[in-house]
Amino acid sequence: MQNIDQILADHPFMKGLDAFHIAQLAEMASTATFSASQYIFRSGDFADRCYLLRQGHVAVEIFDARRGPIIVETIGEPNVIGWSWLVEPYNWCFDARAVELTRAVVLDAAQLRNACENDHRFGFEILKRFTQVFAQRLHAARFQLLDVYGANG
Amino acid sequence: MIAVATDPMVPQPFRIHKTKPENADTFTFELAPVNGAKRSAFQPGQFNMLYVYGVGEVAISISGDPANPNTLVHTTRAVGTVTKRMKKLKGGAVLGVRGPFGTYWPLKEAEGNDILIVTGGIGLAPLRPALYYVLANRTQYGRVVLLYGARTPGDILYRRELESWRGKLDLEVHVTVDRATGTWRGNVGVVTSLINRAPFDPENTVALVCGPEVMMQFTMQELEKKGVPADHVFLSMERNMKCALGFCGHCQWGPKFVCRDGPVFRYDLVEDLLTRRGI
Amino acid sequence: MFVLRHARLDDLLDALKRRGFTLVGPVVRDGAIVYDVIASSSDLPIGYTHQQDAGSYHLIEAHDGAFFGYTVGPHSWKQYLNPPRTRLWKAKGSANGFEIVQENANVPRYAFIGVRACELNAIAILDRVFLQGSAVDFEYRRRREHAFILAVDCTRPGGTCFCASMNAGPQARSGFDLALTEVFDNGEHYFTVVCGSERGDEVLGELCLEEASEPERQAAKHSIEEAGRHMGRKMETAGLAELLASRVEHPHWEVVAKRCLTCGNCTLVCPTCFCSNVEDVTDLAGAFAERWRTWDSCFTLDYSYIHGGNVRKTAVSRYRQWLTHKLSSWHSQFEMSGCVGCGRCITWCPVGIDLTEEVRVLRDGATAVTIGTEKGVPDAKH
Repeated sequence: MQNIDQILADHPFMKGLDAFHIAQLAEMASTATFSASQYIFRSGDFADRCYLLRQGHVAVEIFDARRGPIIVETIGEPNVIGWSWLVEPYNWCFDARAVELTRAVVLDAAQLRNACENDHRFGFEILKRFTQVFAQRLHAARFQLLDVYGANG
Repeated sequence: MIAVATDPMVPQPFRIHKTKPENADTFTFELAPVNGAKRSAFQPGQFNMLYVYGVGEVAISISGDPANPNTLVHTTRAVGTVTKRMKKLKGGAVLGVRGPFGTYWPLKEAEGNDILIVTGGIGLAPLRPALYYVLANRTQYGRVVLLYGARTPGDILYRRELESWRGKLDLEVHVTVDRATGTWRGNVGVVTSLINRAPFDPENTVALVCGPEVMMQFTMQELEKKGVPADHVFLSMERNMKCALGFCGHCQWGPKFVCRDGPVFRYDLVEDLLTRRGI
Repeated sequence: MFVLRHARLDDLLDALKRRGFTLVGPVVRDGAIVYDVIASSSDLPIGYTHQQDAGSYHLIEAHDGAFFGYTVGPHSWKQYLNPPRTRLWKAKGSANGFEIVQENANVPRYAFIGVRACELNAIAILDRVFLQGSAVDFEYRRRREHAFILAVDCTRPGGTCFCASMNAGPQARSGFDLALTEVFDNGEHYFTVVCGSERGDEVLGELCLEEASEPERQAAKHSIEEAGRHMGRKMETAGLAELLASRVEHPHWEVVAKRCLTCGNCTLVCPTCFCSNVEDVTDLAGAFAERWRTWDSCFTLDYSYIHGGNVRKTAVSRYRQWLTHKLSSWHSQFEMSGCVGCGRCITWCPVGIDLTEEVRVLRDGATAVTIGTEKGVPDAKH
């Protein structure tokens, strides 16, 4: 069994972070396992965590009263699920549901925000990594909107 | 009098032996020459001009197995006058065929490398011959990865074949859809999001890309980020074509004739053209 | 070099007719000098010339008795070598298919009378496109292979001519069977004759011409040299292909596009524009089908249509396509320029867009973006 320091240090999302900050992250980290179809979080709930995927796939969904859950995107390891902890008022904007057996490192959001506030250099390292996530998701969402394979594609 | 048969503008009659609907607007024909003549071999990535009697001619890539050139396989999407009429043809009907034309995927040159195929929509059709070839010569390549994006699960081409390929241990297949419907349990999102997760060695990879131009532009950006050298990336282009011989001028793309210098281009040679508008 | 007295021009034309050639040459029609079938020298535009400038053409009676005192009108030889409409093939429908019907279409053996140096170059360009690439165009070859070319040097360049800039005139250098220079000297009116092929030699043999005297040679030479010095237009061609490839985003395209009507006149009168479309036709019952090739123009929207839309939607992109194809990408495609300096696109542009002028402005760099860098040489100025 790997210890959590090692798991964090090995995760591509934390690549390049120094040992001191990895140790700091380990303090606020735990691991979690989700079975297929299990919800990881739901839209509107308080975003008190963030998840570094180690295995499996997660569907990001919006629930529509008539159509039921609509999958917007699926996200697989080694990606990150959950950025609402970084954006006030810290509520999840989508549902996240494990598509298959999914394992993740869970970071406590309140502690992470505090650590970022207290050490801006560390905070900026974290922010840069999440900005990559925002950019990728925004880019993908716009691309998806184009409906390139549709009638005009 | 010069024999008409050798005039490259004159189509040869081919009979439809088998038709297969692929999805709502896409269908596959298997054709064989009416006069029983042997077909000249084609290279994966090349195309033919298909003529529907009295209606017109369209450029359609070849989708069959290059090891079996006597059966001509074309997968076509019914979007224009000619292709819509073509879709209505049944087994036994005759089409005119000219070709094969154009450049092809550099599969021989790619030996010793990982093969990364990134494709979307009908773009899988011109890459299927490349997959057949690579699988038939599997030991010549490193990892082989197919990333395929479709609009909805119902739009996925060659579904059963994809499933059987996915079952193979030496070929990695990832499919994603823009819109999940029904019981779809696979990936949802754009095909470029799969690139990050695909296992390949960027510096020793040959990437083959075909799909709508926007999809190819995004794919090029992603491959560049991953560190795949631009001269290892190949893409297949589409332009209006009337003759396929470099005579009609329609398919010009900057200094290139897509029919003759393409449809398969090495990315670093056309990088400026791909992003420039109205060229 | 031989000499042909002007009164004997018909002897030459008759010799060609005896060999079974259909003579096509300049005639006056509809207020312009155009090409058509001629019977004898009396059909030629004797004593006529024309005055040309950007967007203007005037036929003028010069009353000088010259057979070839004009330059070029709106027609060019491409309409005989690559006609505006050609049937590519016919097919007969059957119960469950069709078959191609072979036919022996009669293509006349043309003798082109009065082919200018710029037009010889234009024909050489069409030869490169249709005969010397990876495929051969059978329709073009059928018309081209028998054509007899009687060239005539230009001694009076027109207002929009710039063949000297394009190294394409005013003297016929190659690509002809016979070449004439029409000379008026000390009250004498004669042609000096140069032979360019065996066929030309045979025809000349029949005429039993005398050798041109030294003064006659000098007079001919002088007329051509004078012509070279009086071109109505000029174009600087040094490094032009590479330079235009670096001018994709030049602000001047917008300026030209505001004037350009995208009418396609320039492509129709251009002696080297070869783009074509195809039309499939059937009788109502579907018993017969035909495929026709027609001239097309890169100025139409449909030209660049692919499923989902037109690639070149704007006048900017279409004018840019035409100009850069002609003067830049033509070099990558065919190792030569697509322009021979005949000036037709300038004369026949309804709004007088002047290729030589546009090139001059485009040469002044602004935002330089290079395309097609495969062989690309960056702009020398940068």
